[in-house]
Amino acid sequence: MLTVSIYRYHPELDAKPYMQDFQVDTGGKDLMVLDVLNLLKTQDRGLAYRRSCREGVCGSDGMNINGTNGLACITPLSSCVKNDKLVLRPLPALPVIRDLVIDMDQFYKQYEKVKPFLLNNTPAPAIERLQSPAEREKLDGLYECILCACCSTACPSFWWNPDRFIGPAGLLQAYRFLADSRDTATEERLAGLDDPFSVFRCHGIMNCVTVCPKGLNPTKAIGHIRNMLLTRAT
Amino acid sequence: MVTSVTNFGRSGLSDWLVQRVSAVILGAYAIFMVAYLLLNTQIDFGQWQALFSNTSMRIFSLMALLSLGAHCWIGLWSISTDYLKHFAVRFVFQMVVGLLMFIYTIWGVQLLWGL
Ligand code: SF4
Ligand code: SF4
Ligand code: FES
Repeated sequence: MLTVSIYRYHPELDAKPYMQDFQVDTGGKDLMVLDVLNLLKTQDRGLAYRRSCREGVCGSDGMNINGTNGLACITPLSSCVKNDKLVLRPLPALPVIRDLVIDMDQFYKQYEKVKPFLLNNTPAPAIERLQSPAEREKLDGLYECILCACCSTACPSFWWNPDRFIGPAGLLQAYRFLADSRDTATEERLAGLDDPFSVFRCHGIMNCVTVCPKGLNPTKAIGHIRNMLLTRAT
Repeated sequence: MVTSVTNFGRSGLSDWLVQRVSAVILGAYAIFMVAYLLLNTQIDFGQWQALFSNTSMRIFSLMALLSLGAHCWIGLWSISTDYLKHFAVRFVFQMVVGLLMFIYTIWGVQLLWGL
């Protein structure tokens, strides 16, 4: 029997959040955390959590699993459960809407700030803007981000300044477009990042790298941005 | 771009650079002092005074002192913007820290050059 302790909060019914324990029979199988939640949903129809693809592609089910942020759908019990106890909480730092569902508004606002799209004012070629394989390779490790928010909500700098520090997810995307050979807005992009908060609030603690379910490295991207700022200013 | 008027330099980048450079200077100064004291365990006042009246030592000490002031200010400013959420509390803290750093720096200069 697996004891699952879940953060519950229904703003219209509960005065404050509480932890509720459930017993789940996993049938001795090494289920994914999301499978366990689906089993619990048959016990309590009111349990709220997000999920969609159930295979680590959509980024909906980021949550705090036994103290570490991750995607429930690709986290097997064997990798996180100790002493038959599983504790599930919403991702930290962002407001809770209900149970494990958080309000991602602040996270998306930071993402929006980095203009996560290609900016190029030169006349468009007849078919497409070409890249050499080497130029394309620079985007590896950057474009794969699924915006699950596991990293930013694990970052203390984002906890203290979610409105001013862009956070690892947004900065990874900022660099994704800074590194793109087809983008011509490098100067404007860098000018918008030069303040003491947007990038420089990162202290290199690397929580983001530890938790990223896609194995990406926001700290490295942040280092690249810093070097670009340094090169531009010296 | 997030606006800020209370940080040390012109930009996040300059603060970051000052923080790094001052750390290197402070590190070098600390290593030098520790090594000097270990090599000269029987030091007397005359020797100590001779050390600090040496021009290069004076420059080195002043550099370390200014680095300390800047380094502390940037670090504490950063801490204040992380943890002090109330504007008035944060502002007063920053002013007190700024003033203290200023006083310590001037006082330090007086001590060093008066020796
Ligand atoms: S960098 Fe990783 S942890 Fe962060 S949002 Fe993207 S996929 Fe999620
Ligand atoms: S390395 Fe930077 S962005 Fe990543 S968790 Fe630490 S402070 Fe946050
Ligand atoms: S459900 Fe899509 S990432 Fe987990």
